[in-house]
Amino acid sequence: MLTYFKGLAAPMRFYHWCARLAPWLGACTALLLALGWWGGLVLAPADYQQGDGFRIIYVHVPSAWMSLFVYVIMAGAGAVALIWRIKIAEVLMAASAPIGAWFTFLALATGSIWGKPMWGTYWVWDARLTSELILLFLYLGVIVLLAANEDRRRASRAAAVLALVGVVNIPIIHYSVQWWSTLHQGPSVGTFGAPSIHPSMLVPLLVTALAFKLYYLTVLLLRARCEIVERERNSAWVRELISR
Amino acid sequence: MTAPAPGSAFFGMLRRDLRIAFRSPVEVLNPLLFFVIVVTLFRLGTGPGEHGVAALGPGVLWLAALLATLLGLDALFRADFEDGSLEQILLSPAPLPLLVAAKVLAHWLIAGLPLLVLAPLLAGALGLGGESLPVLLLSLALGGPVLSLVGAIGVALTVGLRRGGTIVALLVLPLYVPVLVFGAQAVSAAGAGLPAAGALYMLSALLVLALVLSPLATAAALRISLS
Repeated sequence: MLTYFKGLAAPMRFYHWCARLAPWLGACTALLLALGWWGGLVLAPADYQQGDGFRIIYVHVPSAWMSLFVYVIMAGAGAVALIWRIKIAEVLMAASAPIGAWFTFLALATGSIWGKPMWGTYWVWDARLTSELILLFLYLGVIVLLAANEDRRRASRAAAVLALVGVVNIPIIHYSVQWWSTLHQGPSVGTFGAPSIHPSMLVPLLVTALAFKLYYLTVLLLRARCEIVERERNSAWVRELISR
Repeated sequence: MTAPAPGSAFFGMLRRDLRIAFRSPVEVLNPLLFFVIVVTLFRLGTGPGEHGVAALGPGVLWLAALLATLLGLDALFRADFEDGSLEQILLSPAPLPLLVAAKVLAHWLIAGLPLLVLAPLLAGALGLGGESLPVLLLSLALGGPVLSLVGAIGVALTVGLRRGGTIVALLVLPLYVPVLVFGAQAVSAAGAGLPAAGALYMLSALLVLALVLSPLATAAALRISLS
């Protein structure tokens, strides 16, 4: 088992493995996304206060969850890259950064579209919103640092250090801005206790969340393939691949 | 080659950096002038009335101190990198995080400590009351080193890059958020007659965290940048 994973960590093996897995993951993503959005946008009843406006949570909430999830994955891959110097971990970290940044942007954009009719304003300097915006800046910092260095391996190790520093800082940022008065509602779905949201609305939300996770995996593998080819462009197998 | 005693390596590095800094006093004065000018421009930008200036004062002072620190940070490793002495520092048998800590302390003594001397003057000019002054000084004394320590990581990550200076701001400013929030909050609370201890304790906690972790991260970043 272990040797199987070790073999997988070789860029060439990983490249072909991605190519085989990505279509399946993509198909699952499309299926779950269709199911979740059908359940959320068609089957679920309208909210008694917000009417149909609440349905944006089927994009907003999964994106917000993913923005944090991707950051943790990115920093974890960064730690692996720094400690064991595994090339694939570097590739996964570098490929995760733009995806996470887009999820963060999507969460902010959908939130402010929803905020205009519900709160009466597109933006408030609220704890949740501000810490999400800072998360976007952290992602952008990683992306800029990755792009600024011509040596890709050195760039990704530097970005890994930055991502890890950001991980230490994320809870601090989160709690420091919570000291400001907050407008964003508390979570409806928690780890403990019954969720304060009806199953007919909750089930589609969870399905969409799973679909977003699979979407991340699919795009991650596709981006990792590009990254591998670019990094290994001088190796024999990539030359052979291109000339074929 | 035997390793020097950690204490002598630390103080040797500290003495060297301070000596280099004091041989070009204009560079030492730059961030201070910047601090004064930013605060002055803010006051000019808000117009002649007194409306709302006192409420914004703590935030402006803290933001100006933060930008002044950022301005001075670029010099932390740049000159040493360009003349090659940074590589010698990396090759030294003394532990690198310790040497980094000495450099950051020297930076704070040069760029951070003088801000404490100027802060009462500018606080008076912004109309901050006398009761918030001790809290302002204490918050700058606790938070200033955190700014230097965290900034050092950003500078170390970009030291080998040609356009490093502009990138540092993007990397470091998001990480400064907690210091800014708690620092400004402590001063505003004291100005409003509320207890400021909570925010000051948080700043102290941040300082301890940064003191422990930042030299390690900076040392790792330097090794990556110069690899």
